[in-house]
Amino acid sequence: MSNNIILEMKNITKTFPGVKALENVNLQVKQGEIHALCGENGAGKSTLMKVLSGVYGYGTYEGDIIFQGKTCEFRDIKQSEELGIVIIHQELALIPYLSIAENIFLGNERKKGGIIDWNETLQRTQELLTKVGLNESPNTLITNIGVGKQQLVEIAKALSKEVKLLILDEPTAALNENDSENLLQLMLEFKRQGISCILISHKLNEISKVADSVTILRDGQTIETLDMHKDEITEDRIISGMVGRDLTNRYPHHESKIGEVVLEVKDWNVFHEQHADRQMIHNANFNLRRGEIVGIAGLMGSGRTELVMSIFGKSYGKKITGTLIKNGKPITNNTVTQAIDNGFAYVTEDRKNYGLILMDDIKRNISLTGLGKITKNTVVNEQEEVMVAEDMRGQMKIKTPNILQKTGNLSGGNQQKVVLGKWIFSGPDILILDEPTRGIDVGAKYEIYTIINRLADEGKTVLVISSELPEILGICDRIYVMNAGRITGEVSREEATQEKLMTYMTRSSS
Amino acid sequence: MSTLTKPEGKKESTLGKMFKGNIRQYGMIIALLFIMLLFEVLTGGLLLKPINITNLILQNSYILVLAIGMVLVIITGHIDLSVGSIAAFVGAVSAIFMVQWQMNPIVAVILSIVIGGLIGAWQGFWVAYVRIPAFIVTLAGMLLFRGLTMIVLEGQSISPFPNGFQKISSGFIPDFSNMATNIVAVLAGIALSILYIITELRNRAAQRRYNFDTGSQALFFTKMVLVVAVINAFTIVLASYAGIPTILVLLFLLIIIYSFVMNKTVMGRHVYAIGGNEKAAGLSGVKTKKVTFWVFVNMGVLAAVSGLIFAARLNAATPRAGTNFELDAIAACFIGGASASGGIGTVFGAIIGGLVMGVLNNGMSLVGLGIDWQQGIKGLVLLLAVAFDIYNKNKGTSSV
Repeated sequence: MSNNIILEMKNITKTFPGVKALENVNLQVKQGEIHALCGENGAGKSTLMKVLSGVYGYGTYEGDIIFQGKTCEFRDIKQSEELGIVIIHQELALIPYLSIAENIFLGNERKKGGIIDWNETLQRTQELLTKVGLNESPNTLITNIGVGKQQLVEIAKALSKEVKLLILDEPTAALNENDSENLLQLMLEFKRQGISCILISHKLNEISKVADSVTILRDGQTIETLDMHKDEITEDRIISGMVGRDLTNRYPHHESKIGEVVLEVKDWNVFHEQHADRQMIHNANFNLRRGEIVGIAGLMGSGRTELVMSIFGKSYGKKITGTLIKNGKPITNNTVTQAIDNGFAYVTEDRKNYGLILMDDIKRNISLTGLGKITKNTVVNEQEEVMVAEDMRGQMKIKTPNILQKTGNLSGGNQQKVVLGKWIFSGPDILILDEPTRGIDVGAKYEIYTIINRLADEGKTVLVISSELPEILGICDRIYVMNAGRITGEVSREEATQEKLMTYMTRSSS
Repeated sequence: MSTLTKPEGKKESTLGKMFKGNIRQYGMIIALLFIMLLFEVLTGGLLLKPINITNLILQNSYILVLAIGMVLVIITGHIDLSVGSIAAFVGAVSAIFMVQWQMNPIVAVILSIVIGGLIGAWQGFWVAYVRIPAFIVTLAGMLLFRGLTMIVLEGQSISPFPNGFQKISSGFIPDFSNMATNIVAVLAGIALSILYIITELRNRAAQRRYNFDTGSQALFFTKMVLVVAVINAFTIVLASYAGIPTILVLLFLLIIIYSFVMNKTVMGRHVYAIGGNEKAAGLSGVKTKKVTFWVFVNMGVLAAVSGLIFAARLNAATPRAGTNFELDAIAACFIGGASASGGIGTVFGAIIGGLVMGVLNNGMSLVGLGIDWQQGIKGLVLLLAVAFDIYNKNKGTSSV
């Protein structure tokens, strides 16, 4: 393999309003290599790839992209695809009710004078499917094949565009081990054919298996590029590159007064909602204690949300089995109402779609869950409701002129406070907070940490899910780590380090 | 200078805010008044004649009853296309009970309403639990119950209904005096006014107790005087013809009960929450399926009531009864400010919307416009009303 460079990204800087997503990032990919891109969630991997593929067009970023020796100014995806740069996103972009052949040539139809040439389409599809090793008829509908095969269709689609540089964003995140292995083999095969690859992955074992070099991003900056063949690169070496960041005082100091065990979850198993044979949670066991702040660390797709939602009134999943023991007594959480009655609260990671009724005002959103408390003979006491909402506005420091503001018009931080306020009003003793600070600014984050600490001081139990390791380390008394639907580790506050968590998060078994 | 002008400016802004917040409802009331005024002039004073006002109520009662149920369905984010057919079917069944089987009218009415509820439960089951889109379920229902109507009637009309039953839509509250004006109606107007004043004052006092901003006193009393004037003018007009139609009492009770349920009770809140964001409502402990189911049961019951009113008014059950009722009811809701994507709408708005349609129908007939023109104009009014609404909404969000 020659050592010439196929792609060079030089000093790429990309700013979003208020945030510097990328700062002087450099990336060099050699002809015919598999180049892995590593970093925590939010490190800037996806943004960098969007710059490269033209999603963020020329002019919205600073720096140069040099592809095959030529400086490129992509204004949209179409232009980068013409040169052979194809990106396959984490969420597959296939149309479920079209056939494999139709999907592969969507937007790129084989046609004669505006009329689709089905013979050529089907024949070319067959060739491509053979290349990626997918044994399905080109006429099969996408909805009838599994995720692993869909991933292969995506790759076949990329090949149909004469790909020179293939970018795979977390390609194995949704695949089982068998399919993942096939995909990795396919990547090695492409490498032999001279196609270069950029692989974004959190799975370090995969990276050490196939990658030739690794570039590590952290906080929007290039940290280092490692040659996997030259040095002895261990997974730990990569991890320390990914997390090497010092903790500043972004978290309020807090000493928890931890009491007895409040909730025990035993042998919890959950299957996927649509694909009943895909197990999302495998034999999870954990417990929570009074006054304790417990964290769940794990990468996206590790099953954190699925785990807690299945506990919260079976809001997610099928064939849920396992036992919940609260205060020593077994309980059932078959519906959300039961879960609320059992003292659970779940603050969703997606507040706009699952947390708030955006067209309603702050008052009605806050009162919705605990409506029973201000109700007499099913009639809502509206004066009481206003008092409650005003009280929450003060407690949560919701910055708004009045409680009649539509929640859709509030900022992310204020929306999150409304959701928190709503659940606090429902009077739970176990609060599950899923990514409580996602997409909100630093000031509001600090206020939310303060609220979390106050809840713990009141003797409630708080379970925090977060993708940000510093956050987990900064606020939690005890941390469970998840990977691929399993709890792979339990770490106390004293022994927790980013390296340790990252190790549990990426290793496939405990 | 500046100290003098400041409070005035503040007052204006609160007035403006209040108007802006309720622009949908006020806008529709103003539109209704404008349309009434227009036809009053065009018909040379016929529209507001006591006999015509009474007629207006009788003619539109069954659509208004449907609109009350329909607005609930629309707020949950669904639609019901079958109500016209259900009304026809229940009318037909009630005719068989009363005319062919000689059943006691009261028992027959109760049985008919139960049947309406069961039909609603049937549709609610498919929509809420099997999750088939309401458009499809009720489109099927529209065909199914129209077909069943024809089957049970064997293609014939059945009449006449017993006298007592006819009274539902042609009866009036009896008067105890023999004067030219109906004393009961006048007294009812006065009683209503007093009731209204008491509730308003009590609300205001309660708000004061909780230290809420109660707004300007002058505005409060102006509104009160206006409402009292309208109530009494209305009852006096009714009094000078035949008094209060029985059906108006029923309609009034339904409006009060449903407004109360939608605004003040947990059930009402849950209906709005589901329409606003079903997933978020579900995760907040709202039993989304159950509530949706009961909204359809309720629609079935009200469709049955509407069918009975219509059968009583026609004094016959016919296979084609209730045709296009669903469209009038849906139009009433949208003209009255309901949102097609759910979450927004009021019972009061739907009634105003129904009255806009009713006055248009009645006025255009009085002027002598043909049914062809009437249809076209109603279509345009529906479109413009919703366009006005959307325009306001967009303007509203940009200024906030």
